[in-house]
Amino acid sequence: MSTTTEIEVVDLSLTPLRELNQRLHDLAGADGPRSWRITNPSGAHNIACGLDADIDVVVEGHAGYYCAGMNKQARVRITGTAGQGVAENMMSGRVTVDGNASQAAGATAHGGLLHVRGDASSRCGISLKGAAIVVEGSIGHMSAFMAQTGTIVVCGDAGDALGDSMYEAHIYVRGAVAGLGADCIEKELRDVHRAELGGLLAEAGVAGVDVADFKRYGSARNLYTFKIDNTY
Amino acid sequence: MNPASNPALRESHLFDRRTIAEIQRAAAEGIYDIRGFGAKRHVPHFDDLLFLGASVSRYPLEGYRERCGTEVTLGARHARQPIELKIPITIAGMSFGALSGPAKEALGRAASEVGTSTTTGDGGMTPEERGHSKHLVYQLLPSRYGMNPDDLRRADAIEVVVGQGAKPGGGGMLLGHKISDRVARMRDLPMGIDQRSACRHPDWTGPDDLEIKIQELREITDWQVPIYVKVGATRTYYDVQLAVKAGADVVVVDGMQGGTAATQDVFIEHVGIPTLPAIPLAVQALKELGMHRKVQLIVSGGIRSGADVAKAMALGADAVSIGVAALIALGDNAPEHDEGYRAIGSAAGYYDDYQAGRDPSGISTQDPELAARFDPVKGGRRLANYLRVLTLEAQTLARACGKSHLHNLEPEDLVALTIEAAAMARVPLAGTNWIPGQGSF
Repeated sequence: MSTTTEIEVVDLSLTPLRELNQRLHDLAGADGPRSWRITNPSGAHNIACGLDADIDVVVEGHAGYYCAGMNKQARVRITGTAGQGVAENMMSGRVTVDGNASQAAGATAHGGLLHVRGDASSRCGISLKGAAIVVEGSIGHMSAFMAQTGTIVVCGDAGDALGDSMYEAHIYVRGAVAGLGADCIEKELRDVHRAELGGLLAEAGVAGVDVADFKRYGSARNLYTFKIDNTY
Repeated sequence: MNPASNPALRESHLFDRRTIAEIQRAAAEGIYDIRGFGAKRHVPHFDDLLFLGASVSRYPLEGYRERCGTEVTLGARHARQPIELKIPITIAGMSFGALSGPAKEALGRAASEVGTSTTTGDGGMTPEERGHSKHLVYQLLPSRYGMNPDDLRRADAIEVVVGQGAKPGGGGMLLGHKISDRVARMRDLPMGIDQRSACRHPDWTGPDDLEIKIQELREITDWQVPIYVKVGATRTYYDVQLAVKAGADVVVVDGMQGGTAATQDVFIEHVGIPTLPAIPLAVQALKELGMHRKVQLIVSGGIRSGADVAKAMALGADAVSIGVAALIALGDNAPEHDEGYRAIGSAAGYYDDYQAGRDPSGISTQDPELAARFDPVKGGRRLANYLRVLTLEAQTLARACGKSHLHNLEPEDLVALTIEAAAMARVPLAGTNWIPGQGSF
């Protein structure tokens, strides 16, 4: 496989999105440029979704909905803000947002790391299925709703109804939590959790944050067996 | 004394024995009734329509030699590879989890044998199912259990499920005893817990978002496969128009009689509109957009016979979909399992506790011993036979109306037996030219 160090530049003001995504998809199991710069994204939706190649993609500017959706292997970095559902259903690889992320960041993601340097809006990590999400800022309401497995690390605050109806995902919040959702409780932060948290912060490259400042939240598991008293 | 032997005893119409039993059950258990199957109440349906066979003014086709086409192409609006089916009767989405692995395999075997499609369900795609299905529709559901881009690219079509007829506006529930190790792994859940499926998609809200979501699915699959949008029948006219606007290649409308694996009885019986009125609403929506026959309409919810198929198509559907009927053809509710059904408080012909996982026929279960009772080859053959019969019956009716293709059936071929059906189906009451709600009496 080619290991060229040359950077392929695609200007989205000149190249149709379909052509860009097709070129990126064609790299699955094939030779081609391993490093890409996407210029003038101008908030376009569905940039670099469905990738399945060990490549680096930098989106220089703001991305619309579902950037890097269902990503596998690729490392995608958005230098601006990301619209709804960034890295939704990601399987592996890494997605970095230098700015803020809109709603449903990392929704249903199965694997890989989503790193948001700014804030993430509501429903961050909704229905999470195994991926790791590290947010340096704060997250909005209803985040980690029905989160199944995986980890969400929030260095700032969390909005209302955190972890509503969640399953076995791990949530770590450093700042204030506006409110916990149904069946979400604060849990003891044990060594195994400190190790997990420290490891993720290191992997994301977040420095100057003490794991001891975080609180852990998880499922009370009262909704695991359906009973009528659980209706709210 | 046997009540039947005393003619002086009068059963209440309002509080009949079933109603009394349900009040007693609710009082004892304190929880609503959850069950599978579809609506059991009577609603206006295809039985209330009749075909006007050819006579002096129309010319029929010979039943035994003149061609009556049944093939249908789905999804040519945007997809590079539309689905080409030999018959317009598809298999609806039913999950691995709700159904056993062998039952899913049988659905695939039957569909492939007769040249139609089958559909995954809320639990992801299994290799058995993919392997045995020539045309496999992969559902994108709110829960996204098992959703992954590899299966997405392996699919022949993608169905964005907004709702289903049994429970428009409702999510799902798979009770813990059906969450086997394999089901749990596929859904990224702990074993043995009661699993809830969300009623809303996690990453889009409303028709404008849906349009972008559909574009994402197209981009991921390089615009190769058709994208369906499935809705439970409620505000069908608006839902269909919005689905088309959002870019759907195919719209699936599931009437309130459509089945489910596990839903509250009150939801099944009291939410949504019947299949009969949903079809003209959907067709009107498509026609006003100039998209009838360009965006295909698949109708489901209570399809049992070739007559139902033909009537749905005469009202404007491009194809139909079956769920409960397919399970029955596989062997669900079969008399040979009557003893087993009675042992769990039901009887052959009545069984609807698909959620319980104790299905004596081995179809709606994850219990390996029960599942082993079901032979996917034999079950698949029975379902293939049934699909052939549906097709032959629909062709028989179409030929009688002088149609050389099922798609040539039209509302003009139909009359209604009741005022309700005439109003809902928008065809005249038999013996009159009166369509209630249209023109003057």
